[in-house]
Amino acid sequence: MQAFTLILVLAVLTVVGFRMGRGRAVAVVGGETRKLHSLPSYHGMYVALWCAVPSFVLFGLWMLFESSIATQLTLANLPPQALQGPDGQPLSEARIGLLLNDIRNTATGNIAGSSDAIVQQAAQYYNGIRATGDWLLTAAALSLAVLGAGFGWKRVSADLRARNDVEMAVKIFMIVCSTIAVFTTIGIILSLLFESLRFFSRVSPVEFLFGTHWSPQISIRADQVGSSGGFGAIPLFAGTMLISFIAMMVAVPIGLLSAIYMAEYAPRKVRSVVKPLLEILAGIPTVVYGFFAALTVAPFFRDSGQLFGLSISSESAIAAGIVMGIMIIPFVSSLSDDVITAVPNAMREGSYGLGATKSETIKRVILPAALPGVVGGILLAVSRAIGETMIVVMAAGLAANLTANPFEAVTTVTVQIVTLLVGDQEFDSPKTLAAFALGLVLFVVTLVLNVIALHVVRKYREQYE
Amino acid sequence: MNSQATAAQVQTEAPAPQGTAGTPLVGPGEQAKVSARNANVYYGDKHAIKDVGLDIKQNEVTAFIGPSGCGKSTFLRCLNRMNDTIDIARVTGLITLDGEDIYAKRVDPVQLRARVGMVFQKPNPFPKSIFENIAYGPRIHGIARHKDELEEIVMTSLERAGLLGEVKDRLDQPGTGLSGGQQQRLCIARAIAVHPEVILMDEPCSALDPIATAKIEELIDELRQNYTIVIVTHSMQQAARVSQRTAFFHLGNLVECGDTEQIFTNPQHRLTQGYITGRFG
Repeated sequence: MQAFTLILVLAVLTVVGFRMGRGRAVAVVGGETRKLHSLPSYHGMYVALWCAVPSFVLFGLWMLFESSIATQLTLANLPPQALQGPDGQPLSEARIGLLLNDIRNTATGNIAGSSDAIVQQAAQYYNGIRATGDWLLTAAALSLAVLGAGFGWKRVSADLRARNDVEMAVKIFMIVCSTIAVFTTIGIILSLLFESLRFFSRVSPVEFLFGTHWSPQISIRADQVGSSGGFGAIPLFAGTMLISFIAMMVAVPIGLLSAIYMAEYAPRKVRSVVKPLLEILAGIPTVVYGFFAALTVAPFFRDSGQLFGLSISSESAIAAGIVMGIMIIPFVSSLSDDVITAVPNAMREGSYGLGATKSETIKRVILPAALPGVVGGILLAVSRAIGETMIVVMAAGLAANLTANPFEAVTTVTVQIVTLLVGDQEFDSPKTLAAFALGLVLFVVTLVLNVIALHVVRKYREQYE
Repeated sequence: MNSQATAAQVQTEAPAPQGTAGTPLVGPGEQAKVSARNANVYYGDKHAIKDVGLDIKQNEVTAFIGPSGCGKSTFLRCLNRMNDTIDIARVTGLITLDGEDIYAKRVDPVQLRARVGMVFQKPNPFPKSIFENIAYGPRIHGIARHKDELEEIVMTSLERAGLLGEVKDRLDQPGTGLSGGQQQRLCIARAIAVHPEVILMDEPCSALDPIATAKIEELIDELRQNYTIVIVTHSMQQAARVSQRTAFFHLGNLVECGDTEQIFTNPQHRLTQGYITGRFG
């Protein structure tokens, strides 16, 4: 609550700084704003930035480090006997962590807390530190804001290059924003990588990548039945490939043909209705597709299979694949439509001018010219299919069968990641860590596909520019 | 107007439009390859071509000149129904090829365009090999029965377009890799390969340097032996150099047409004189 008030006060100060800066800029030149290097509002922003940036940076840093500083101080203040076990030995890292957790919980009054006198005392101390810290922060942030605003205000003059400085500040802000995405990606990769390395220290990468037996359970006791887990991921890769293949068999022809129709044949009116409708398909939540696959398509295949004497399991690869294909149609059609319309009209005219019909022109000129772009779009769609989770969770099943029969139940990498991480798990068992290794593989595959796709698309673009 | 009328009838029966717009380019008794009577083109509400009537003689080069936006390209595109590909374009009046109305219902624009080829302002080779660029037309029209015949056609077309010597060794290279002038000659070769009777050229040299332009002009002069050529150009020198007849367009009207020499030395109309002496346009 106090933090919120502080932010509010800082914001008000910033606005005041802005007005003061603008006012001073006008006053400095006696109302003749043309004598100013920058417009008055830039001077206002200049002062506002000086007011806001240092204090908010301080505030942010405090938010980041407050709790660890307070914890360290509390830890240092604990009586030495609290850090020793009953046997007189120093407590282990984990034990200290538990103790600190206890103290923090007692301090915030989250749970009934420990009745231990030491913990109670430490909690009080902890609260005391935090309260002092909050006052310190408030004082420091407010004085920084006032000082900064004063400094900026002082510097306002006719020659001050306020616009350049403000624009530089905006540019830096944009750079920070754009790096956030990059750093997040790097962070995700690193966490995947480290957890995978932990997994591979227990299960050999060769077994993981080339083994054909997937049964990721781990014994709790040594004498348990079925205690030997299998971490061969080939059945998962095969299942993923099978379902993605079925999906592409649905999505590519339908998507491509609808793209050709929309780009070349459809009257403008039809196009303006059909294209958004197709793109709505992309907006349907995948979990809804999942219902559709599990409750409508899968039973349909099972029942029609019975008609022909085939036994199709109710969680079949084909149901999941077809529904996934329907989900991907808009990707293929929208991207293909874009590249087909990007083929210069001169190509069409050149072909018509030679007496080619529309279909000859499309087959022999437009599609070959658009092919790299279409392929790029399809590759993007494939990587989407491989990473798709919800539909396969609901419709593809969990059995890790190594099969190429689309009527059997298969499982995919994403489904297994979900099942490995759902529920209460020991976090350092190979079973949980396997999820990270699978995630890493998935990430690498989609990354490679995306890189290839982007490369292909870019190459295509150069052709006409 | 009766769409079944022959060109000869058209010449005698057509009511002479006002001004000089209807003056035939050919004298009485001569057979016009292409002729237009009361041709109008509308782009939506815009009246782009107004009551144009003219005749284009066989084995001659006819040049269309005029300031930008005067409708010369639009009119050129009427002659092989390229305007059909634009949704909002509408053509009225009579345009005939060898006396046949090309806008008649039973005429297929696809077949018409095989007879009336076209070369565009910007060279537009397909992103295929040089060979495939030229073989494209013969393939879709089934002109060549076997591979040797196709090769024969490709070679003759390249030869006629004066490009064979330059590209002989690299027929499998992409046509887009050629220089601008070579690309334009490739496009001419591509048009020739379908054995058209008329070749329409829409400012074929506007994207080329003077040397490439000179080559194309030379080529046009040679092609005249076998084809009827209509060329739209912004360069009056070019019109004077390559054409036998010239038609001057202004704001959608055909102002004057006649022998090139006469147009450039003794223009009948005030506007024509103004344009060719550079007073406007």
